[in-house]
Amino acid sequence: MEKKVTKKEQIIQAALELFAYKGFYSTTIPDIASSLKMSVGNMYNYFKSKDILAKEIIKYISIYLGNELKKINEEQISTKEKTKKIVTMYFNIASSRPEMIDYFLRVYLSNREVFKDGCEGMACVSEFVTEIMIFFEEGVQKGELKEQDFFSAFGLFMGYLGGMVFLNGEKILPNELTYYIDDISNNIYNALKK
Amino acid sequence: MKNPNGENKKIKILWLSGISCYGNIHSFFNYPHMEVFLEDFEFIYHPVLDSTFSLKEIVNETKECNILLIDGAISDDFHRADVNIKDIINRYATSVNRIVTVGTCATFGGIFKYSDFQSPRGLHFCGDELQTDFLHLRNKTISISGCPIQPEVLVNTLYEIKNQTDIKLDTFLRPKEYYAYTVHNGCTRNEYFEYKVDGHKFGELEGCLFYDHGCQAPYTAGSCNKILWNEQNSKTRSGSPCFGCTEYTFPKMSLYDTKKNMGIPQNLPLGVPKRAYLTIAGVTKAFSIQRLEKKLIDD
Repeated sequence: MEKKVTKKEQIIQAALELFAYKGFYSTTIPDIASSLKMSVGNMYNYFKSKDILAKEIIKYISIYLGNELKKINEEQISTKEKTKKIVTMYFNIASSRPEMIDYFLRVYLSNREVFKDGCEGMACVSEFVTEIMIFFEEGVQKGELKEQDFFSAFGLFMGYLGGMVFLNGEKILPNELTYYIDDISNNIYNALKK
Repeated sequence: MKNPNGENKKIKILWLSGISCYGNIHSFFNYPHMEVFLEDFEFIYHPVLDSTFSLKEIVNETKECNILLIDGAISDDFHRADVNIKDIINRYATSVNRIVTVGTCATFGGIFKYSDFQSPRGLHFCGDELQTDFLHLRNKTISISGCPIQPEVLVNTLYEIKNQTDIKLDTFLRPKEYYAYTVHNGCTRNEYFEYKVDGHKFGELEGCLFYDHGCQAPYTAGSCNKILWNEQNSKTRSGSPCFGCTEYTFPKMSLYDTKKNMGIPQNLPLGVPKRAYLTIAGVTKAFSIQRLEKKLIDD
């Protein structure tokens, strides 16, 4: 059983990298199978289709990022400090596991037709979005963030982070992502604070 | 209870009003089977109904009585027929079998806990704070909270007292049979709540009133949607949010407003962790269920 789970994770990781770098449609199941030295037939024992695999990957990323966010949310620190920790965490993942953020930006957001059945709305990214909601809700409740529409705040936060990672991926940024952590954290916090 | 001649012996009740708007009395008059009730119970005194004794007689002498009903808030300086209400309560407290606080004012202080009277409160609670001056009466008290009381809950409880039923009570001395539920339980809008389809207008049949209209049903103990008012309807069924009138928090300020932080309700349904609520809400909000988006009856 454990072996099967591990294999599943290996497939997710290999597919994640291929989808993120080559694109969803340019990557085939035989590509993924050959990168793992697996037979195509065996691959289908784990995932019945490329679409199912694509949805499992976004859930996997959401759970991964959600868990990282949850750790920050549970710390007894100010919302300003949490903001910086979230930015740092996001940029660290974008540097150490760039395929995760790339997959989100280049596959999940760009190929909506793949995710329309079974990943409606927040269904496949709920762990991540839930933690962002908790971060905002607690910030307002503590009187540190101003009350506003959730999506205005969410768009500001994630749009900014996603945009920077995108620019970094396109090699447009003159400095490493970590160089921008302080400025970006302050900009986000100043825009959201009460 | 029958006397030696086999006749039904009526249970004697004293209805004592403290600081009250008489809403509970009006509500009680809507009990649909009053004739039957009055065959089994007799008011030795009632502020509105014809009764055996006058108020003066009641407050100056101790008349035989089985159940003391207290309606309205009490206060150190509130008098009935020139006698302090606390003295009247103490006069009857030892001789009656049971004391019933009728309504939210008598139970928690209700709206009158904000009045100018001296320390207005319920018999045992002011809001959720336990009061100590009638602590010795706790074991014989039953609280029927509500603004106003649901008449069937009061009458059924009185029958349970008459029949010497073992009445299980919650921490605010309310019968669990009626108050172990939330008003949300039995609400005909539950499906709208589950799928996060919000109501936008009062009085309509469709939509949940929790997110935008301050509905207190998910955290209010009561049977309003299980025992219908006048055997007909309830607030939420008719398109008005639950006001939370059975709770110690009543009256809530900003009645039709749901306090939200960045779009997330500050108070979540009882016992639901924030993380779980948000996860479920986020997922269900994604569905577009035409059946729930449409008018139920009129287009």
